[in-house]
Amino acid sequence: MTVATNRRQMFLRLLSRPVLVRRGRALTALVAVVVAASVATATLNLYTDVQAKLHREFRSYGANIVVTAKDGSSLPPEALARVDAALGPHGIAAPFAFAVARTAAGAPVVVAGADFDRVRKLDSWWSVTTWPATLGDALIGKRAYQSLTPKGGPLDLTFQGRTLHVTPTGILTTGAQEDSRVYLSLADFTRWTGIEPSTIEVAVAGSPAEIRAMIGTLAAALPEADVQPVRQMVEAEARVLDKTRATLAASTAVIILTAALCMLATLTASVFDRRKDFAVMRALGASRRTVSALFAAEAAGIGLAGAVLGFALGLGIAAWIGRANFHASVSPRFGIFPEVVIGSVLLALVAALMPISMLRKVQPAVILRGE
Amino acid sequence: MFPRLVYQSFRRQRRRKLLAGIAITLGVAVATAMIAVAADIGDKINRELRTFGANIVVYPDTDTLDVEIGGVNLKPPADGAYLEEGDLPAIKGTFWRHNIVAFAPFLPVTADAWLAGHTQRVELVGTWFAHPFRYGSDNFSTGVRTTNPWWKVDGTWPADDGNDVLLGEALAARTGMHVGDTIKVGGRELKVAGILSAGPTENQQIVAPLHVAQELAGRPGAVRRVTVSALTKPEDALAHRAALAADPQKALSPELYDRWYCSPYVSSIAYQLAEAIPHSRAEQIRQVAQNEGVVLSRIKGLMLLVTLAALLASALAVSAAMATAIFERRQEVGLMKALGAGNLSVAALFFTEAGLLALIGGCVGFGIGIALAEQIGKWIFHARLAFEPVLFPVVLAVAVLVTFAGSAASIRRAMHFSPAIVLRGDA
Repeated sequence: MTVATNRRQMFLRLLSRPVLVRRGRALTALVAVVVAASVATATLNLYTDVQAKLHREFRSYGANIVVTAKDGSSLPPEALARVDAALGPHGIAAPFAFAVARTAAGAPVVVAGADFDRVRKLDSWWSVTTWPATLGDALIGKRAYQSLTPKGGPLDLTFQGRTLHVTPTGILTTGAQEDSRVYLSLADFTRWTGIEPSTIEVAVAGSPAEIRAMIGTLAAALPEADVQPVRQMVEAEARVLDKTRATLAASTAVIILTAALCMLATLTASVFDRRKDFAVMRALGASRRTVSALFAAEAAGIGLAGAVLGFALGLGIAAWIGRANFHASVSPRFGIFPEVVIGSVLLALVAALMPISMLRKVQPAVILRGE
Repeated sequence: MFPRLVYQSFRRQRRRKLLAGIAITLGVAVATAMIAVAADIGDKINRELRTFGANIVVYPDTDTLDVEIGGVNLKPPADGAYLEEGDLPAIKGTFWRHNIVAFAPFLPVTADAWLAGHTQRVELVGTWFAHPFRYGSDNFSTGVRTTNPWWKVDGTWPADDGNDVLLGEALAARTGMHVGDTIKVGGRELKVAGILSAGPTENQQIVAPLHVAQELAGRPGAVRRVTVSALTKPEDALAHRAALAADPQKALSPELYDRWYCSPYVSSIAYQLAEAIPHSRAEQIRQVAQNEGVVLSRIKGLMLLVTLAALLASALAVSAAMATAIFERRQEVGLMKALGAGNLSVAALFFTEAGLLALIGGCVGFGIGIALAEQIGKWIFHARLAFEPVLFPVVLAVAVLVTFAGSAASIRRAMHFSPAIVLRGDA
């Protein structure tokens, strides 16, 4: 056996024995690294994923883009198909048509035609007693119900001389204009009035930039219509989201910094504790470089092992938070793995070499005497 | 003897104590900051959610149906009932007045307007922009500028007592009118102070001070509806029961009714608004009111879970630091035991030291944590974070507990070493 392999074997032995013999000490150092790495992984994962999750939550507010026909006419018949094609799986669209009809008593009432399946998805805040199931059924707004048919009987509505007999099956409450209207299925409405949809409400999940891009796409797909953002929704969403993300970012920074400093303090303490080992090795003739390399390798090993364990644990924590809070898993970001590993190893090295550089100035004899 | 041991330990082993102390201080600091932020985030985000606009609408209880399509009012002007402008300040006299961020009255009028050389029918809406009023001995100012923060004006906002108006941007573009032009509505000359960019409805309208609309309609003091922006609590089972009932006072038992009435649910605030304004009904605007509860609980839940993770992490970090600090001192334990100290006195010494460290680190860490939370509040929300003073003893107690828990295993192990082996350095 050559001297070189002998030396390498000795180095490896010196590296592995303390970990096996003094498991408690190695374990506490490892725990410190795992905690820092897992917290960093979990918070970074959440920080990047939370925006998409919250955008989805905000879509319960309904439409953030409105497509309307120019100057009060109707949209072309294939408008909805074109909007659906432009949206793809990223949003929902619901068409609406409106007309003013008169009741038997001559009172004006707004009647709207809607695609109930799409409306249920788009306007989840609509409070409806029973959704219409068959043709001829109508949804009646709470105020319209109270003033037009307080006993819930059928209604006769007249539009341009044509009378339609509608049976209100469900009562609709929103607190807005919908409460004063009667909603029919689009098929019933068009057959009765001959009016095609004039408005398509669109809900798209995404950042303000993505919504602007979608408005451009929709405007290009429907040059004969006005495509406008619902500023109330878009701006408020951006504002609330910005604040949430900023809070999360600040918390993430505080948590990662603290975890890193804690890890530094713990590792430094554990290296300091081994100053006698250091002194013995020096007294036995090991060079300063060899001893530093030994301690650095040990720290790097703990840093690496801790980072890998912590990364896995952190992904688990992020996934758990995602499931508990958003009922959807947080997609794991393996892209931050190198950062977490490099950060942990670097910190571990700093934690090991800082005390070593201080000990190097002291004579081994002084340390061994216990002073 | 005992105090001296503790004192000397702190004096002689400054470095060791410092490193363990740093870990405790940092752990407590992050825990405090996160708890303070998570505890107040609900209130702060609730305020931000008000940018979604009003969540309650108040209208006359005998009103006829709204006949409105795409911002065009087709309701005959003689129809319907009105609220009294003079009754509105009473909104600030309700039980939940501090939760009412702002409100704005509206009076739509359809009129013939002379715009850019020809006459056309337009919708003019009278409202308050930032109207000052008095209730009791307090002065308030409220209007659309606070209820509808997404309204953007190119030009200047009109005064509430003047004859300046805002022109919706779509209307302005169609007629070619600009800021500073004069329009004539119903024989009155109005100056365009600004071009309004808001929703599709308002963009087609003229927005004027309330008194202008009242004079055009010939109804001094009349208001068609009032929108109210209130800070509310997400609805729960009790609120749902009350909301389903026609009259909550009859539907709920007296205790439940009191609890509902004294909680800032959107339904109970609406109920109290209808009580405060004569001949009125109040409804929650479900699009805003229902969804803010969902968003709010998601954001609160997120911060709570992150806080929980941070608390666990800091507890583990503190434990690891304490374990290291005590493990280092097994020779000391050996020496003490060789000199005749019992396990109990050794443990007492270590726990006293750990407790002192936890108290010092806890106090310093609490200070740092509160300062951090304050900074986060100032940076992000431009407001102070409210924190409960009771947090201090709780955090301190938790710090001591965690430190003890972290030390316990190491102390037990240290006590079980045979003194001779430890002193020889074989352990």
